[in-house]
Amino acid sequence: MNVSTNQLLHYTLQIADNALINGHRLSEWCGHGPVLEQDIALSNIALDHLGQARSLYQYAADQFNSFDTEQKLGLFASPALEQKIQAGELLDEDDLAYLRDGWDFRNVLLVEQPNNDWAYTVARSFFFDTYNFFFFSALQQSKDETLAAIAAKSLKEVSYHLKWSSEWIIRLGDGTEESKMRIQKAINDYWMFTGELTTANETDRSMNESGVGVDLNAIAHNWKERVTAVFREATLTMPAETWMQEGGKKGVHTEYLGYILAEMQFMQRAYPNMEW
Amino acid sequence: MIRKHLYGDYGDREAAGGQETNRNTASEWPLWEVFIRSKAGLDHKHAGSLHAADAQMAIENARDVYTRRMEGVSIWVVESKYIHASDPADAEMLYEPANDKIYRHPTFYNLPEELKHM
Repeated sequence: MNVSTNQLLHYTLQIADNALINGHRLSEWCGHGPVLEQDIALSNIALDHLGQARSLYQYAADQFNSFDTEQKLGLFASPALEQKIQAGELLDEDDLAYLRDGWDFRNVLLVEQPNNDWAYTVARSFFFDTYNFFFFSALQQSKDETLAAIAAKSLKEVSYHLKWSSEWIIRLGDGTEESKMRIQKAINDYWMFTGELTTANETDRSMNESGVGVDLNAIAHNWKERVTAVFREATLTMPAETWMQEGGKKGVHTEYLGYILAEMQFMQRAYPNMEW
Repeated sequence: MIRKHLYGDYGDREAAGGQETNRNTASEWPLWEVFIRSKAGLDHKHAGSLHAADAQMAIENARDVYTRRMEGVSIWVVESKYIHASDPADAEMLYEPANDKIYRHPTFYNLPEELKHM
């Protein structure tokens, strides 16, 4: 089994799963936004993430299809995928999104956390957008041409996402007593999910060493600096150092992912190959 | 007197908070008018209106609401209350006198043959 080709696939899926799950979460606001204009803004952002996920899943499927059967069967523990592989079928982007079970998803825990209210959604988005901005900035220099191209295209979208969520952090933090209290609470509650963003696992390390991936230590530094600056402007308090949750990158998720997948995958599982 | 208000008419804007300085309640963001330039060299054209808390948000909302399908390369916003409009009740005196002044159209000049595209 070829370890480095596996790592590239895992790396691609980590990025793709973050985009898909975050995009799905934001899409839940569609039709429920506090005002029409922000409802549309969030739907646009959700679609940006889904677009990024599509490019990455297509690339992951190409990689996967080039493996031999033995290597393919060792990669996922999702029966629906296994069936396809054993039948000799090639996978596509939809198979990767709809036929993998929760333990095969590699997104960070942060992006699967619930929307709760506007403050929680803004806090989660701000943490993720800040990471995404520095991540895609660095990934543009990837030795892998496809990832570098996807990064360059995504960075334009992500720059706007970060502007949007930063401004909302400031607006709520430096707003009324009520808005400040609520955004501070959301920040404190989701803080323990931020460490995982920049904690390298084996995939991250091996991809960074080969020049395909990025150095998460550098991103951690930039992330902290940006978050501190925005919090200062928003007159918000930086949460105290605390123990950080992790597990998403190795497939150990919070209960929330199961509910997301149940809703997202239902149609394809109930009516395989359905199109609309 | 019963007056019929059409969208964009004087009165419609007032109902939406225009030409008044202090109508917005705490729960309602001010109304903004959005002007979009579709490509470099063309004029900004009125695209519609939206609600936003401040100018920066108005520009971003306009980007999200009015340029999703590549409609623009530049956005202007102005708070609707700063737009002053003519009163439809004055339409007779303002616009009808122009009806019989067709000589104001440049259609009475004889153009030379060699002049094209006029």
